[in-house]
Amino acid sequence: MSPLRGRAAIVGVGNTRRWNAPGRTPFDQAQEAALLALEDCGLGLKDVDGLFCAISSSGLPVLNMAEKLGVRPRHADGTMVGGASFLFHLQTAVSALVHELCDVALIVYGSNQLSAGGRLVSMPDPQPYEAPYRPRYPISSYALATSRHMHDYGTTREHLAEVALAARAWANLNPDAFARGPLTRAEVLASRMISDPLTKADCCLVTDGGAALVVTRAERAKDLKAKPAYVLGTGAAVSHRQIAAMPDLTTTAAAESGRRAYEAAGVGPAEIDHVMVYDAFTITTLIFLEDLGFCPKGEGGRFVAGGAIAPGGSLPVNTNGGGLSCNHPGMYGLFTVIEAVEQLRGACGERQVAGCATALAHANGGVLSSQATAILGNAAAL
Amino acid sequence: MSADPRFDGPGPDDIFATALSQGRFVIQRCRACAASRFPPALVCAVCGSADLDWVEASGLGQVYATTIVRERDGAYNVAIVALEEGARMMTRVDGVVPADVRIGLKVRARIATDPTPHVVFAPAEGESR
Repeated sequence: MSPLRGRAAIVGVGNTRRWNAPGRTPFDQAQEAALLALEDCGLGLKDVDGLFCAISSSGLPVLNMAEKLGVRPRHADGTMVGGASFLFHLQTAVSALVHELCDVALIVYGSNQLSAGGRLVSMPDPQPYEAPYRPRYPISSYALATSRHMHDYGTTREHLAEVALAARAWANLNPDAFARGPLTRAEVLASRMISDPLTKADCCLVTDGGAALVVTRAERAKDLKAKPAYVLGTGAAVSHRQIAAMPDLTTTAAAESGRRAYEAAGVGPAEIDHVMVYDAFTITTLIFLEDLGFCPKGEGGRFVAGGAIAPGGSLPVNTNGGGLSCNHPGMYGLFTVIEAVEQLRGACGERQVAGCATALAHANGGVLSSQATAILGNAAAL
Repeated sequence: MSADPRFDGPGPDDIFATALSQGRFVIQRCRACAASRFPPALVCAVCGSADLDWVEASGLGQVYATTIVRERDGAYNVAIVALEEGARMMTRVDGVVPADVRIGLKVRARIATDPTPHVVFAPAEGESR
């Protein structure tokens, strides 16, 4: 168990729920989320002295956010490892808080990916050993991993469809989800192929959005407005940049980040009540459920068959509707944590997981490249 | 100059690109542990040694993963090939329709030049088309 276990807590969450908001910049979304998160816990901008930020379209997001919010951080972290960045930030924030590098940490993100034209904002990171072959970024990299998972373990497109259907079923219980309404297996399987074997229905949404977390030491958390979500353990890992350099296309560094988080928290997968895994594509849900120990390696497809991760199934996964059906503003990682906190607070209405005391949030960045896991718990889990 | 002479001369990306423009497909091999490395870098990813040699790739390999990119103007293959030497690379398998590029297919490299030199593969002799 880590000496940091339970020493810090997420006390405020901010979610703009503006999935299609023309006329707002990524920083507009991020500022709004920051204000919502601070209001959620009753703290103010002047209390923020630790600032954590990554934004696809900005090389210096911390500086921009500090100026716009008028905060004067004494600790900052702009680590950029793609969609997992914010869970790397959370891990660092816990340590910074405990070691008194800061007292109130704000982790914040915003995107206008949909209203700015729908394409993934490409970061200045040319890949000369991929470019001549014209892979579609990032889907072709995930498609290559999927081809290998199918080859090695017999995973099928029907298995992938189960993930999309489960996500939509959860989204239909979430009034804030962007993609709601009926979705049939036949529709998913008939979806347009983009990079074999992945179709449009296997891809996450493209939306706008803003998200923020406020994190403090546990002593302070008790006196704030909202019920604290204690950080029981975190883990992070990086394995590669280009998909061809990934050591094994069917096992990600989530196996390492997950093990570190479980060890830090002193729990295992069997003690997790609620799971959020970054579903950039349907295949990622399967691979992360395997790598995080919810089913054996290669069994992800058979594990989800029959509705195991859908409402009413044996394991509640991606209960907001996920990146597939709730929202996906470029880098989705922070939203996995927000839903975990809301579930721990018991604030999820129709989609609430009964008796939720521990939650696992897992995020992915790049092309299965960076992985970070956080295990959270309410007071009962301490 | 007090720079470390072990790292004198052109960098590994430049060495690879220059060789390719001369019609040679070269990869790195670690003098310490014999692991092969592609794309080029300054150190061995397996053991961390900075003592890397350049060798001519055999050009033989097997398809490790494959996809078909569907664009409005047509579909084309993108694959990862595991080279006989061990390293993997993103590439394209030509000479066969994209749907017939299967994992395990034995392939042989050639250097394509349009628009710039890059390594592509085709099914090796004896592989059914």
